[in-house]
Amino acid sequence: MPTVGVKRDFLFKALGRTYTDEEFDELCFEFGLELDEITSEKEIISREQGDSKASGASDVILYKIDVPANRYDLLCLEGLVRGLQVFKNKLEPPRYRRVSPDSGGPQRLIITKETLAVRPHAVAAVLRNITFTQERYDSFIELQEKLHQNICRKRSLVAIGTHDLDTISGPFTYTAKAPGDICFRPLNQTKEYTATQLMSLYRTDSHLRHYLPIIEDKPVYPLIQDSNGTVLSMPPIINGDHSRIRLQTKNIFIECTATDLTKAKIVLDIIVTTFSEYCAQPFTVEQAEVVYPDGKTCIYPELAYRKEKLSAEFINKKVGISESTERIAQLLTRMCLLSQPTGVRDEIEVEIPPTRPDVIHACDIMEDAAIAYGFNNITRTTPPTYTVANQFPLNKLTELLRQDMAAAGFTEALNFAL
Amino acid sequence: MPTNNFIESSFWNFDSLYQPQQHPARDQHDTFFLSGKNETLDATHLAEFHQIEGVVADKDLTLGHLMGVLHQFFTKLGITKLRFKPAYNPYTEPSMEVFSYHEGLKKWVEVGNSGVFRPEMLLPMGLPEDVSVIAWGLSLERPTMIKYGINNIRELVGHKVNLQMVYDSPICRLDS
Repeated sequence: MPTVGVKRDFLFKALGRTYTDEEFDELCFEFGLELDEITSEKEIISREQGDSKASGASDVILYKIDVPANRYDLLCLEGLVRGLQVFKNKLEPPRYRRVSPDSGGPQRLIITKETLAVRPHAVAAVLRNITFTQERYDSFIELQEKLHQNICRKRSLVAIGTHDLDTISGPFTYTAKAPGDICFRPLNQTKEYTATQLMSLYRTDSHLRHYLPIIEDKPVYPLIQDSNGTVLSMPPIINGDHSRIRLQTKNIFIECTATDLTKAKIVLDIIVTTFSEYCAQPFTVEQAEVVYPDGKTCIYPELAYRKEKLSAEFINKKVGISESTERIAQLLTRMCLLSQPTGVRDEIEVEIPPTRPDVIHACDIMEDAAIAYGFNNITRTTPPTYTVANQFPLNKLTELLRQDMAAAGFTEALNFAL
Repeated sequence: MPTNNFIESSFWNFDSLYQPQQHPARDQHDTFFLSGKNETLDATHLAEFHQIEGVVADKDLTLGHLMGVLHQFFTKLGITKLRFKPAYNPYTEPSMEVFSYHEGLKKWVEVGNSGVFRPEMLLPMGLPEDVSVIAWGLSLERPTMIKYGINNIRELVGHKVNLQMVYDSPICRLDS
């Protein structure tokens, strides 16, 4: 289960109120989260490396929140706040929109056939006129890391690269080249390295060395470049320093390369829906065009909304409650599943947003209705099938004594029962 | 499906339980694939433990029924204060973690996991659509800790067990 660390006071500020630890614990429990630990950077360092190393570290209170493994939309402060605010009826579920650029065509990412051998898929999008603060920036980086660890399965399935669009110029090319033919200045370095040299350099890097085996033995390594040959990234290992995102960055080009296209699309959708909140036009994402080796083009991000229909009776029956159609629609809307009664009997139309890839079938919707209702508000009933059996007390006691009697030297024998 | 195997095929262990292809549970370090072990032990976690499973299959079972069964089940172990938390398992939806109040640690401790099997699991087995299956699983160790006021699971199992404690404690009879 992933753990998300958030600064408590920032969390409360975003939620619009303060909570006691117990109150927040209760809120988490209701929603399906777990407030695992209340700590601070200082405490963590003190525990792991000793008190002397901890002096000077921040003692800002951190909440470590456990998030269900299938909820990629809750992996950062922004996602948690949005989920909780909608849950508490303080916020309407946002509407995420994909838009065309104000002028000119969309950014293009052209995939060449060389990638087929190593990492064939890619998706891309642009966040326009975004404003970062230090906290938002840290959260942005941290979300990518969380996604990498979880749905991306440690970058083996999907790797995320985010770039300052104003430092590069499209169209971008996603190709794969022999390690000796790749040379660029990676993030945080002062000089250029070939890919072969980078493999050696990062072998001792505590963070990056785990990702080297993903491409190390391949004849070609993935590479993304802009129209000037500037390297954006060598997925899944490292980005180029040239296009690094800074606090002042206003326009972001996001690319996800992958061996699993479904997951790449989900990852892209999660990042853009979460952080488009900070764009000048909130919750809008500028589209990008991906061109495949066979010439086919796709527009990303998908940001697909889909609709499902189910009956209030289905939900009432499965959960064991008895709510009206309108009330159930309201419950679902609180879970970011915008719903309305259709007017046909007790039918409800449910809209599943791009932030909820975990909602696959009707039972997933039903669970969300139950969560909004409150699991601990559901009446506990006994199934008619249920029989409560009881072990015969004499049998229970003899079972307990048998072993010890044998150990004391007695021999057990079975006599005839009849 | 043979039911007398100690070693199970990936198909029956994962695929038939709606566990996604690339799910971490299939990884070397989350499943004992006949070699290797990689688990962290602490006060409330062991790598090996006694697992208890319960299953009820009937027509039209609800989440409320699952809670009722769990309530009855845990009451028999002497645990009456229960709370349920929404959770996630690949094969159940809804899923609930079961929490009980530990008087010694003065906090709610997870004692089990439960859920209603996903229809995608039951329908391929040929079960009728109105059959639902509720299930739960728990370890023996955590409820024992709660009942007997033990704070560290390694006092019950493993090389750190206090043998004097075993010798001094009366034989265990759970009768009410």
